[in-house]
Amino acid sequence: MYFRPVIAVVLRYFYLLRGTPARWMPIFAWVAIDIVLWGFISKYLNSVTAAHLNFVPTLLGAVLLFDFFTRVMHGVAGVFLEDVWSRSFLNLFASPLTISQYLLGLVFTTTVTSLIGLTVMIVLATVAFGLSFFAYGLTLVPFLLILFLFGISLGICTAAMVLRLGPSAEWFVWPVPAIVSPFAGVFYPLSTLPQWMQFIGKLFPLSYVFEGLRTIISGGAVPAVSLLWGGCLAVAYVLLACWFFTRVYRGAMRTGILVRYTAESVS
Amino acid sequence: MKNVLSIKDLRKAYGGKVAVDRISFEVGRNEIVGLLGPNGAGKTTTISMILGVLRPDSGSILIEGTDSATHRAQALGRTNFAAVYAPLPGNLTVEQNFRVFGHLYGVRGLSERIDAAIREFDLEKFRKVKCGVLSSGEQTRVALAKAMLNQPHLLLLDEPTASLDPAAAGEIRARIRDFALSGKVGVVWTSHNMYEIQEVCDRVLFLSRGRILLEGDPKTLPADHGKETLEELFIAVAREPLTLERS
Repeated sequence: MYFRPVIAVVLRYFYLLRGTPARWMPIFAWVAIDIVLWGFISKYLNSVTAAHLNFVPTLLGAVLLFDFFTRVMHGVAGVFLEDVWSRSFLNLFASPLTISQYLLGLVFTTTVTSLIGLTVMIVLATVAFGLSFFAYGLTLVPFLLILFLFGISLGICTAAMVLRLGPSAEWFVWPVPAIVSPFAGVFYPLSTLPQWMQFIGKLFPLSYVFEGLRTIISGGAVPAVSLLWGGCLAVAYVLLACWFFTRVYRGAMRTGILVRYTAESVS
Repeated sequence: MKNVLSIKDLRKAYGGKVAVDRISFEVGRNEIVGLLGPNGAGKTTTISMILGVLRPDSGSILIEGTDSATHRAQALGRTNFAAVYAPLPGNLTVEQNFRVFGHLYGVRGLSERIDAAIREFDLEKFRKVKCGVLSSGEQTRVALAKAMLNQPHLLLLDEPTASLDPAAAGEIRARIRDFALSGKVGVVWTSHNMYEIQEVCDRVLFLSRGRILLEGDPKTLPADHGKETLEELFIAVAREPLTLERS
């Protein structure tokens, strides 16, 4: 694959970041606020419950990982939305840029921004609330990888929806993590949920991550098979999302949406 | 390869409405071809298909012999465009936009090319200015400079001087004319300014209802059809296309 068009997509977003401090806010400010909020909630719960219970790793750890996933998902969709807001589709897609190069550009950009967010969260959670994130070492890598891949897949999927339904469909993008979270058992075991919700939850790679996280926090072994299954699901969703985006893009080329991409012409 | 662009039996319909109806034409090297016609004639649809952002229902588009349907990136790498309805992202500066699009088009010696484009289109004082705050005339110059960045062999210009004052438009016309004559370039130019078309184009194609009705030298075509000026001929095409239909 020829990488210069990928560099162009990445470079474009970093120019935007450099030129507008407000764009840094979603990268680390909101996740930092979340960490502070849940850090204090965890400390409070520690003070009112039995002495041996520690909510910092279970609650704050879950918030940190879920915010990482959210950051990745919103990151991909956000970079795509920059093209919607600046009406760049015609100039972009009339160039030699291919869909795979474009998607790769979105992913590379998001990798950098989400790692910045993750670093800020880890530093804050460790320094301010004593979350010993690094105590788990390399064990956490597959957890983060699954969250990253699933975030990428949902980001691409929602970007495809905005491409198909028009700029006003931007409102589908932001609540997606909140819609997924009750099913994924971010803060509670999946067994807490009714059967039908458990069934849906098991379709999300997130549920394997958070069940696994609770297992290792309670001293259990890393649930390798379960994580492998979660990883396979995440990879499958990435492939499905790319297929979906390509299909929507081709449809947009056929119907002329790409040429006349405005809220009025699409919706 | 003699022709920069070869279009054969190109057709596009939206639902039941045919926008472009099996048109065929070529653009040679060092040639500027004007695409004329009333609103809705199919000019922009044709350009969109050449640019690969609209899929034709049938027909073929060859750019320097490369089929744009099967070798899209290769064909579009030799192409560029400027259109009044496609300004560059307003949240990037002129230089940043050129750098991004330079990478998209794989331009070699990018910094030198950017400097040259900025110099050619007199954009030095706007180099660090965001495109969104430029006047429409300045944005047009930026879009034209971007269109030259990769030194395209096929240049598509959709009403390129629509936002420019007469003096600036004259300069731009001269620059594009020089560019077309200096290299291996073919240009497709749409405009509603018949004076401009007559001055710039070597050949014109009159489109109406998605079909090419007339084709010829803009300086002699009006007289060939009993009209005094190109504008008169344009009005006749718009009002009475059936009487002028190409055999």
